[in-house]
Amino acid sequence: MDFLNALVALLNFVIIPATAYGSQLALGALGVTLIYGILRFSNFAHGDGMALGTMFVILTTWGLQAAGISFGPLPTALLALPIGIALTALLFIATDRAVYRFYRRQKAAPVIFVIASLGVMFVYNALTRFIIGPDDQRFADGERFIISARDFREATGLAEGLAFRTSQGITIVTAIIVVAALFWFLNKTRTGKSMRAFSDNEDLALLSGINPERVVMVTWIIVAALAVTAGTLYGLDKSYRPFTYFQLLLPIFASAIVGGLGNPLGAIAGGFIIAYSEVMVTYAWKKIVTYLVPETMAPEGLVQLLGTEYKFAVSFVILIIVLLVRPTGIFRGKAV
Amino acid sequence: MSDYSDRGNKDASITRTDNMPTLTPAHPESGPSHYVGSGGPFLIGDGMTGGYGGADILHDCTISVDKGEIAVIVGPNGAGKSTAMKAVFGMLNIHTGSVRLNGEDITALSPQARVNKGMGFVPQTNNIFTSMTVEENLEMGAFIRRDDISQTMEQVYELFPILRDKRRQPAGELSGGQRQQVAVGRALMTQPQVLMLDEPTAGVSPIVMDELFDRIIEVARTGISILMVEQNARQALEIADKGYVLVQGRNRYTDTGKALLADPEVRKSFLGG
Repeated sequence: MDFLNALVALLNFVIIPATAYGSQLALGALGVTLIYGILRFSNFAHGDGMALGTMFVILTTWGLQAAGISFGPLPTALLALPIGIALTALLFIATDRAVYRFYRRQKAAPVIFVIASLGVMFVYNALTRFIIGPDDQRFADGERFIISARDFREATGLAEGLAFRTSQGITIVTAIIVVAALFWFLNKTRTGKSMRAFSDNEDLALLSGINPERVVMVTWIIVAALAVTAGTLYGLDKSYRPFTYFQLLLPIFASAIVGGLGNPLGAIAGGFIIAYSEVMVTYAWKKIVTYLVPETMAPEGLVQLLGTEYKFAVSFVILIIVLLVRPTGIFRGKAV
Repeated sequence: MSDYSDRGNKDASITRTDNMPTLTPAHPESGPSHYVGSGGPFLIGDGMTGGYGGADILHDCTISVDKGEIAVIVGPNGAGKSTAMKAVFGMLNIHTGSVRLNGEDITALSPQARVNKGMGFVPQTNNIFTSMTVEENLEMGAFIRRDDISQTMEQVYELFPILRDKRRQPAGELSGGQRQQVAVGRALMTQPQVLMLDEPTAGVSPIVMDELFDRIIEVARTGISILMVEQNARQALEIADKGYVLVQGRNRYTDTGKALLADPEVRKSFLGG
């Protein structure tokens, strides 16, 4: 029985990684949920939009690194982030002008937008592969650890090490700042309120003199900021590979739907629910269980419910359960 | 709607189809307006003929209201009452006739441009932002204004004191009568010169209806013209300076509210004796 070591192992292998991953999913899901609430469609291009935006950040990071500019102990990518967001926002607005606005003028049914976003997804994907290629890219630099496993062991004398990586710390702090800023914007500013009004009642927003095209433009800018931030944090934390970002679409949508599509609070809750489930179901609990039970009862197997290669199945199962039991999601979505 | 359809797709995780916009402005892009000379009523839809694209619904229909007056449109179901009002607000294509506000021809203006010209419109349903607080509803009503709105908000609270108590509550949680007050208050926030109300008393109790009519009279006393479509014809005509009885998109009777109430023909056909 060794509670302390079990606790440290739990923190190290489950809580910290899941919290970081959950923050990334929450940021991604917020983007999806905003588009759903305001433009009324599920944006399938979100994953590849994240990949493309992160690519801008990576290219800028390389440029800064080549110029000898660094951000001290923090990753240079954070300096490149605003440039990446600006470029992605321009790209999203250009896409809206070229594709979605046409269908808005036609007053097309929302499902048409979904299919159009699928086309946009392919274009973004091709652009990313064309410019940076389909391979893994490394762009993380700066200090690797806030607390390294060895330092922790030496400091506490415990058998288990606790590693807290810089990327995880940055992810969690950035996510908190971004979410707070977003909620402040939506609830306190004139433009933010007009976005909520538009999502709530489009006709009345029009009668109140709110310009729909402006609401749509601001939405794309915010979505670009959320997507690029989420993508960059994910790339720093794990690795950058365009295909991985396309695959992220599933847990991101699962997060948004579990929380209640269109509800920003739900997107955040959903992100953490999906991340924790994914990590806990695919984690081999052998080590922690061994610490907790008497020696003779120590498990022989890995005590792993699912192999990590099946992690997407977790999102799928949660998604299906929620759609069956409570289709509107935990927070009753459909309004920003 | 266009020819595109959902083909029965009701999957809420793919698209959001609740509360879809239904407004079909006759002019999405605002056209020019021009001054045609003062004189005549403050707001007039003159000889309006038109429809939603198919057959004409309005036939040479004229609706007008003077400054500080209350004009009421009544008539049987399907008479085109709401349609006439929508035509005045630019949400119906009228190919003949014109709409003039304060001597200016505004026929080609978009609904939003008419809001900027001083017209306020309260739709019959979905006329509040349900997920936003009462105060936010009023703020959104004043969206086109860049000056200090606190004074106008104060006036609205004085007119509808209950809204002051409920100002931090989501408007969707209020009762039917209170929602209507929010709706009227929202439209008043632009400081309009004309307020157009589409059946403001639909679905509220008789007591609340009387109260709403009292408030509407108060609004008119401040110099705002009121153009109103009403289902409760008798009560509405009692407070009306001018009444229009429409039948099948045509003016049938036009007179002062009192005269219409006294007219045996009108009473027999439209007021139930």
